[in-house]
Amino acid sequence: MKALDHKLRRDLWKMKGQAFAIILVILSGVSTLVMFLSTMNSLTLTRDIFYRDYRFGDVFISLKRAPESIKHRISEIPGVDTVETRVVADVKLDIKGFPEPVTARLVSVPDDGKPLLNRPYIRKGRMVDPWKDDEVVVSEAFADAHRFSSGDSFTAIINGRFKKLVIVGTALSPEYVIQVRPGAISPDFKRYAILWMGRNAIGTAYDMKGAFNDLVLTLSPHANLNDILAKIDNILDEYGGLGSYGRKDQISNRFLSEEFRQLQRFAEIFPAIFIGVAAFLLNVVINRTVSTQREQIAALKAFGYSTLDIGIHYVKLIIMIVLIGLGGGIGVGIWFGKGLGEIYMEFYRFPYLIYDLRPSVVGIASLVTIGSALLGTVHSVWNAAKVPPAKAMWPEPPARFKETIVEKIGLGRFLSQPTRIILRNIERRPVKAFLSVLGIALACAIMMTSGFFKDAVDFMVDIQFRLSQKEDMSVTFTEPTSRKAVYELKGLRGVEHAEVFRSVPVRLKYGHRSYRTSINGIEQGNRLHFLLDMRLKPVAPPQSGIVLTDYLGTILGVKEGDMLTVEILEGSRPVRQVPVTGLIKQYIGLMGYMDINALNRLMREGNAVSGVYLIADSLYQREIYRKLVEMPRVAGTIVRKDEIRNFYETQAEALLFFTFVATVLTGIIAFGVVYNSARISLSERSRELASLRVLGYTRAEISYIFLGELGLLTLAAIPLGFIIGCGICRYIAIALTSDLFRVPVVLEPNTYSLAAAVVIVSASLSGLIVRHRLDHLDLVAVLKTKE
Amino acid sequence: MLNKKNIDKEAVQTSVSEETVFKVKRLKKVYEMGEVKVHALRGVDLELYSGEIIVLLGPSGSGKSTLLNILGGLDTATEGYVEYRGKDITKATEKELTDYRRYHVGFVFQFYNLIPSLTALENVSVVTEIAKNPMKPEDALSIVGLGERLGHFPSQLSGGEQQRIAIARAIAKNPEVLLCDEPTGALDSSTGIVVLEALERVNRELGTATIIITHNVDIAGMANRVIHLSNGLISEITKNPVRKPPRELHW
Repeated sequence: MKALDHKLRRDLWKMKGQAFAIILVILSGVSTLVMFLSTMNSLTLTRDIFYRDYRFGDVFISLKRAPESIKHRISEIPGVDTVETRVVADVKLDIKGFPEPVTARLVSVPDDGKPLLNRPYIRKGRMVDPWKDDEVVVSEAFADAHRFSSGDSFTAIINGRFKKLVIVGTALSPEYVIQVRPGAISPDFKRYAILWMGRNAIGTAYDMKGAFNDLVLTLSPHANLNDILAKIDNILDEYGGLGSYGRKDQISNRFLSEEFRQLQRFAEIFPAIFIGVAAFLLNVVINRTVSTQREQIAALKAFGYSTLDIGIHYVKLIIMIVLIGLGGGIGVGIWFGKGLGEIYMEFYRFPYLIYDLRPSVVGIASLVTIGSALLGTVHSVWNAAKVPPAKAMWPEPPARFKETIVEKIGLGRFLSQPTRIILRNIERRPVKAFLSVLGIALACAIMMTSGFFKDAVDFMVDIQFRLSQKEDMSVTFTEPTSRKAVYELKGLRGVEHAEVFRSVPVRLKYGHRSYRTSINGIEQGNRLHFLLDMRLKPVAPPQSGIVLTDYLGTILGVKEGDMLTVEILEGSRPVRQVPVTGLIKQYIGLMGYMDINALNRLMREGNAVSGVYLIADSLYQREIYRKLVEMPRVAGTIVRKDEIRNFYETQAEALLFFTFVATVLTGIIAFGVVYNSARISLSERSRELASLRVLGYTRAEISYIFLGELGLLTLAAIPLGFIIGCGICRYIAIALTSDLFRVPVVLEPNTYSLAAAVVIVSASLSGLIVRHRLDHLDLVAVLKTKE
Repeated sequence: MLNKKNIDKEAVQTSVSEETVFKVKRLKKVYEMGEVKVHALRGVDLELYSGEIIVLLGPSGSGKSTLLNILGGLDTATEGYVEYRGKDITKATEKELTDYRRYHVGFVFQFYNLIPSLTALENVSVVTEIAKNPMKPEDALSIVGLGERLGHFPSQLSGGEQQRIAIARAIAKNPEVLLCDEPTGALDSSTGIVVLEALERVNRELGTATIIITHNVDIAGMANRVIHLSNGLISEITKNPVRKPPRELHW
């Protein structure tokens, strides 16, 4: 078989252009598969190790205030392992040189300085001295964003009092792998911080001496989570418990799980497309190779090579191509995976990233690639190998053509001969033409998915902030406050308009389903904060009853007219029946909305408000921020403009990376498909094209015949690509739907045109490369030989 | 089939004018094959007149095809010149050569070189569509006796039929010269004769100067002049006082 192996090497070298294009496609598929899976595995492994080593809790609950003695009752619940009580508070920060509002979550460190659970990983500096009331450890992301280092200080407004805090270290925590302010859509490292401080100091400030308002615990193996949650809620209800929840509902962990789900989906979609296209291209190229080598096959068989020998020979050729693509793909995939991991590390703050390329990932990649390649080619290889030698000596029967449909319906007379040649060639092999179109269409579809994320994000931001939340800033109070507090804000210089809102933590129940969220009460005749109906038209808050965001309606299984049980989780914690009067559209978060007065009646409270939406003159912005920091009643301020800007800043790099990768991959597929079709078409038709040149056709004219077919296929592929692209985007949107956010399926004209442009440019490039060969057709040689 | 009535039973005597179509002087062609130089033509002088049939005879490698390809504008000369109607085509640009092939020369090849995706009629139209003063494709096909099979694709036709379509395609532009490289090489003798009859009829009716390459000595009988090539040089030129009709050729 040695001589055959030489043949193999030379055959491969001869088809290097085409082999290279296929290798690129395989490489893309394998590298995306390896990238997504290895990133997912790495993040999962890193997360698990971080969670384990820094003892991430299994159950979490916030409450109003409970005496420390209650801890024992919780510890005694069967299945509960370690319990740790904490004092957690949200504070405002005042940072020199950064006038925008900043809020922070202050987390207590026990008196011995060693938290049992959710232990911070100290990156720099040291842990706080638990008995000092001016030392803090700050989250690393926040310190980086403000270029803080140990020894720097800033001011915090702790329960109304200004307090200078000195940074003694920076830390990361399994509890805040992603640092998202409750209710925000993305991490904001500049305007949201996690601070660790001695329990004693916080306890004093918040009147929590010998008491706690936050509890974390771990479970022993095989403990029944739901039972334990119910028991904890039972105990803590009377202390203002806001409802316990397990790890899977912990916000940072939730974001991580959603991200893994997304990576898993991507690992399914994108590699499948590439590997499918690669299998098709291999099929086409191998088909052509065996048909040009018919006589060689015959000769080999005449010399005594068996059908199996011949089959193995071609299978080796295929495996060679696949192995090169596979090897390269694994290499590039590791490189991409590390790059993607770095990008994730910007959002997800782990102390380290353990890159984990599991053998199973390589195994899956190899199996899928080699399997599909063989599946795509085994038919033509077998057909060629089994032809009896005598028959194979005969030249292949001439290609059969017939009139095309276009001509049959009488449009033929409008077509020139070259155009007929194009159409008949396409119609002669409809399956091949269709697969080529499909391949190019998939390239187009991949490109659309990259635009889709930007479009969906733009749309969500546009809806959320332009149609729904029109305020410049929203100010929340430390506790429900009388309406009179609003006058204080309205009186600030530069404030042009103010509207109040009430926000109440609740558990909504319908049948056996329940969901913990909040109800927002808003004013009738509001001008700043709008609810949007299912067609995104603003609607007034309901006069009575409650409206739910549509996905919450789906989760609870309620429809308009149903009676919802509302368990209020603050104040006197009443349980009420409220009719659902409608569903509204909201892409981020899940909640209910009521008229503010109706909500207050439900609470049996007077005119309490939780916060205020403001419109302010930008001229007085800094002055207003300053005043808000100073107002003890104000818990925090969110500036809409900052929120949007930050959102884009945090997304920008990831989006850019994704768009870049998608563009390269789209280019590769489109190039691979067009280049291969072109090369094969050239090999099949060089004789015909040379004949036409001899008959006096110019290069441009034969290029038209030759490239026209590819052009037509490319143009046909674009609308199909749009349809497939929409389908994939829809699938991604459905796959990513969660209560955190719903991705709207929105595709802007720009996305369509960019996808089409990338496809057309790559197709044209490959066309041009092949045309270059067309210009060097050896007219004489081609005419001398019979094909 | 050719209309038998129109063919003289006697030897055919056509008018060969003294109008020169090609004037070839000291034509040399050297192919460089790696380190070896192959002298395909070593200095050929030749004139071709309007309306005559020339048969180029010679063994393989004698330079027949090279000469024909240079005359047809498919290949370039290394030395010497080729004048077509007073214009030196060895100095022509790529564009001029394309135009030259497009408007003045008709080619017939050993393996027909039809476009498989076009019907008989369309294979002819492919040339008439770009020519300056073409005949109707149907007329060209009826000259070669294929007026009936216009709608057939090459895969539905026999070798002889395919070659006659190729001839129809070559003459449909009303070329000045018809260059045929082994037109009967791939055909059996009776089919070959039918093809030669078509060539002869074209020459007789249209006055097209025709060069036929062959290694088949018997075909020489239908020529006005027979040029023997060997080793890249013309070794002999013989004149047939009387052209034999193809039907009387045998091999």
